[in-house]
Amino acid sequence: MRIAVLSGKGGTGKTLVSVNLAAVAKKSTYIDCDVEEPNGYLFLKPKKIQTEKISVKIPYVNESLCSGCRKCVEFCKFNALAYISNKVIVFDEVCHSCGGCSLLCPQKAITENEKVIGKVEKGINDNVSVFTGILNTGEASGIPIIKNLLNGDSNKKELTFIDCPPGSACIVMESIKDADYCILVAEPTLFGVHNLSMVYELVKLFNKPFGVVLNKCLDKENPAEKFCVERDIKILAKIPFDKELGDLNSSAKIAVKENNKYNSIFMSLLQDVIKEVKSYETTVNP
Amino acid sequence: MKQLLILSGKGGTGKTTVASAFIKLSNAKAYSDCDVDAPNLHLVMNQSSQAYNSDYYGLPKAQINNELCTKCDLCRQKCRFDAIAVKEDYTIDYFACEGCGVCEALCPVDAIKMKPAVAGELMLYKNGTVFSTAQLKMGSGTSGMLVTKVKNQMKEAIVYADLAIIDGSPGIGCPVIASITGVDMVLIVAEPSISGISDMERIINTAKKFNTKIALCINKFDTNLENTKKIEIYCNKFKLPFVGKIPFDKEAVNAINKGQSIVEIKCEAGKATKEVFEKTIKILDEEI
Ligand code: SF4
Ligand code: SF4
Repeated sequence: MRIAVLSGKGGTGKTLVSVNLAAVAKKSTYIDCDVEEPNGYLFLKPKKIQTEKISVKIPYVNESLCSGCRKCVEFCKFNALAYISNKVIVFDEVCHSCGGCSLLCPQKAITENEKVIGKVEKGINDNVSVFTGILNTGEASGIPIIKNLLNGDSNKKELTFIDCPPGSACIVMESIKDADYCILVAEPTLFGVHNLSMVYELVKLFNKPFGVVLNKCLDKENPAEKFCVERDIKILAKIPFDKELGDLNSSAKIAVKENNKYNSIFMSLLQDVIKEVKSYETTVNP
Repeated sequence: MKQLLILSGKGGTGKTTVASAFIKLSNAKAYSDCDVDAPNLHLVMNQSSQAYNSDYYGLPKAQINNELCTKCDLCRQKCRFDAIAVKEDYTIDYFACEGCGVCEALCPVDAIKMKPAVAGELMLYKNGTVFSTAQLKMGSGTSGMLVTKVKNQMKEAIVYADLAIIDGSPGIGCPVIASITGVDMVLIVAEPSISGISDMERIINTAKKFNTKIALCINKFDTNLENTKKIEIYCNKFKLPFVGKIPFDKEAVNAINKGQSIVEIKCEAGKATKEVFEKTIKILDEEI
């Protein structure tokens, strides 16, 4: 069972929710797909870490074979190649590794080299297997890392929590593609509603079953809650804004392990989600 | 015109809150929101006029003409983005296609053509001030290019302004790189949590590659004093100008929910932001 946790933006409590759900489950896998800013490992502190480097293919031009026809430069849609002073120059930060230039070069002057763009770390802590993707700074896209993370976890039966990257762009779509259920985390502000409405569009587009966790609830009016009620969206849980949780969270402690109150909030959230997934499965695949 | 970019490594740290306060305080004549995935600035920067909207075309996407297709399978084998699927016919997964054009170039019977695709919308507000923003369509990948357009659209629309304030994109990937390119200074808004510090270090390392001025402030500093101290020590050690601390303030949440910036109401967070602003502008104006 794969559960993706997303929010229109960072900072809403995506990591809080996914880390605590993973910790409260008997046995689970936590996958941090927020490869630009992975934070989950700071909480789960995995041990016995195995590292795998992730690389992409970057063209390499053999100057002695190149005839200067510029077919490759004309082809590259990402402007990653230029022909400057009788030489083909590769700008690897913008190269999308499509492989087109090497396929099309009539002189077979272009081959491909591996370039490391980041890594995947796999470790374990108590009941949780922790997978973390880390994109090197200065690299444009973390999608190859996310693909590796999600394919590396073959055990589809086990409870898996996917901590998605913020936003609703392609990188998020990659992370939720195979999810059985999506949890949307929202803050009680106008910004929060706007961000929620975007991920809401996204899960609808992908036809995923989903529910909302309202985080940082104050006793005041909650625009995010209103949004859910008006659209008949399932509210899975309301997590209060309180100093204690804030303290635990900012010192990278796992709330369910420190405090019974949070343990029961997340335990019942977990049970609700599992129930939701099962009922969805029976209505879709009776 | 000098350009000040506000970044935070991650969303939710108060980047937009700080940016909107800065715009009010400086009475900026030009500003833009480069968070094209999830733009928020327009929510606190009420505009009295209608926006000029224009479509943003990303790279064209592939389309297969199944009447011509001979099912040779070459395109599927060579597509590095797994965007081609075979059901009864060959189909393109619109979201996976990055528009590289390899399939079009390889197809022996010309069954594949690249067709223009709208990937988002650009909005430009012009009435005395220029506000440039955009919204990327769900699942369109090339946000870096749209960020560049947002900034260019702002620059082209300005008649005269001393200062432009840019609300940056979260993360460290291609949209952020596009937002940093060409600015005069980056202000990083950090959060005093272990995660916040890790994000901060990553964004500092990214920003350093661009040789712009960098300064740092802490938002919600009183939510964890120990981590706040750590950030200050970090700045000291790496000689990063530290421009101040903004407290957590429930009033700030209220202001934002009313669509106001925090310097328009009387509150502690607003007061502190004003000091941060003054120090930041001083650094921006210093000649080096
Ligand atoms: S296509 Fe090959 S031969 Fe032609 S310019 Fe490029 S590298 Fe040189
Ligand atoms: S692999 Fe594709 S994106 Fe990279 S340089 Fe070659 S044609 Fe351009």
